[in-house]
Amino acid sequence: MTAIATLRGVSKTYQKGKERVDVLHELDLDIPEGDFIAVMGPSGSGKTTLLNLLGGLDKPTVGTVTVGGAELSSMSNNQLSRWRSNNVGFIFQFYNLLPVLTAQKNVELPLLLTNFGGAERAKRAQIALDIVGLADRATHHPRELSGGQEQRVAIARAIVSDPTLLLCDEPTGDLDRDTADEILKLLQTLNREHGKTIVMVTHDAQAAEYANRTLHCDKGTLETREAA
Amino acid sequence: MKYLGLIWHSVWRKKIRTSLTILSVFVAFLLFALLSAVGFAFRGGEDVADAERLIVLEKVSIINPLPSSYQARIQAVPGVEAVTHANWFGGYYQEPRNSQFAQFPVRPYEYFTLYPELQMPEEQLRAWANNREGAVVGSQMAEALGWEVGDRIPITATIFPKTDGSMTWEFDIEGIFASDDPRGVTNFMLFDYEYFDEARAHSRGQVGWYILRVEDGADPVAIANAIDRQFENSPAETDTSTEAAFAASFAAQFGNIALIVSLILGAVFFTLLLVSGNTMSQSVRERISELAVLKTVGFEDSTVLGIVLSESVLIMLLGGLLGLGTGWLLIQSGGLLPGLYLPASTILLALAFMIGAGVLAGLFPALKAMRLSIIDALAVRA
Repeated sequence: MTAIATLRGVSKTYQKGKERVDVLHELDLDIPEGDFIAVMGPSGSGKTTLLNLLGGLDKPTVGTVTVGGAELSSMSNNQLSRWRSNNVGFIFQFYNLLPVLTAQKNVELPLLLTNFGGAERAKRAQIALDIVGLADRATHHPRELSGGQEQRVAIARAIVSDPTLLLCDEPTGDLDRDTADEILKLLQTLNREHGKTIVMVTHDAQAAEYANRTLHCDKGTLETREAA
Repeated sequence: MKYLGLIWHSVWRKKIRTSLTILSVFVAFLLFALLSAVGFAFRGGEDVADAERLIVLEKVSIINPLPSSYQARIQAVPGVEAVTHANWFGGYYQEPRNSQFAQFPVRPYEYFTLYPELQMPEEQLRAWANNREGAVVGSQMAEALGWEVGDRIPITATIFPKTDGSMTWEFDIEGIFASDDPRGVTNFMLFDYEYFDEARAHSRGQVGWYILRVEDGADPVAIANAIDRQFENSPAETDTSTEAAFAASFAAQFGNIALIVSLILGAVFFTLLLVSGNTMSQSVRERISELAVLKTVGFEDSTVLGIVLSESVLIMLLGGLLGLGTGWLLIQSGGLLPGLYLPASTILLALAFMIGAGVLAGLFPALKAMRLSIIDALAVRA
């Protein structure tokens, strides 16, 4: 299977005052297109940093990150912004919806960066909401939705511009078990039926079971475990 | 334009705070409109002054009269095309509070020749010239007091009693004049000098000031010097200046209105910047993670900067246009103070202030939003 994302010799070091903190250490990783990977590990092990590097939100101190053929580590901030808008969708633990906008307008946000007109944006947002099962809540504001529904809207926002890669940072961390399972099933559907490559950071072993394989991150290194 | 919905909804994120900020902008621009109109009224004469018109005053003070015999001698100065004169009458209609409408005894034909910008039908000018007790009034004054041609109106004098001791002068309104310059002030009344001079109890044969027009190509400064030299060492020496200088010195009698207006507006706008700057700072601080999300989904730094600046400008425009519009309506209605006028240049200046103040108030919060690190901002929430 072709690798959609490749990390080669990636190290990431942060400066915390006078102290240097090595978060990732000489990491090599290939993520095949259409894969669903869970990344687990203790706090501070570098899971979110890995996600940030794959999403072009951060750059490695050493090494290269290539996603969809684009070498992210050499791009400028503006180039990375444009790349993100076309190639990657983000799903966060706390949904991060804009409270002043309706579900529909939240989903339309990434499309504001395209040349689509208002009608086309609305149509595509409606399709995305339909995929996540919230077509009937398009006019609701986030405060009028449950946690699970908010996360579904966030997923719709992540897929509305049809990116190949979805990056999820603890997507079920703020939800009860049943709702978490619904969200994870939705992610599985997006992976299996819509061909999205998904990298999901989680602390939850049950959540990781929905993935094809799990990467264990510890002290800046990775070890792989295939799903049962 | 596609970001307008996002900007609009972000502005109304905290409705009460935004409403209060807009209210303070509203008050600032309402004051701007009203004070600008008052300031313009005081220096209005300067702005519409004709560069080729000179004013001859008594050298010591504007309140000291000049002999009417000077007219022929001024006319004889080479380069002088036409001369007339006017007096300050200082009366009021019905109540002293109506004294903001000035009255000037003048010579009808001469005066209208010197002031071609005053427009009045020829037959009304003739009717006035043929009626010793006739008067003509400016359109602003006629409108404010509800006067029409044919009305007979009493004016109570404060300086000039009549020979019979009466302070009441009655006039027939023979005409209503307007100015062809929209900035021109027409809240005054003109009546016949001959009648005034014969009927007044004192100061006969004297005028308040002379107005003259210089010939095309003549040097106004040389003519002004020639006139003043002619009356040197006489009991009534003269001081000749341009009409603009005269208007400015006349307005200065009331104090430095422009400075007072500028100081008040300066204080108002300084406060406004603090209030709206604080609103924008709070607004950005409260939605750090939301701005980080915008950047995460692909909004460039400059776009985020533009969005926050646009929010600030939008708040300023909402309050500013409401304030300016209300001020304009009050001025147009004449209910506040008749005769005020808000020139187009002031409206354009106000619009520039709105945009400028919006950019200034929003600049630091917008820069903060632009420089926001996505990772740090998202980590705050996590």
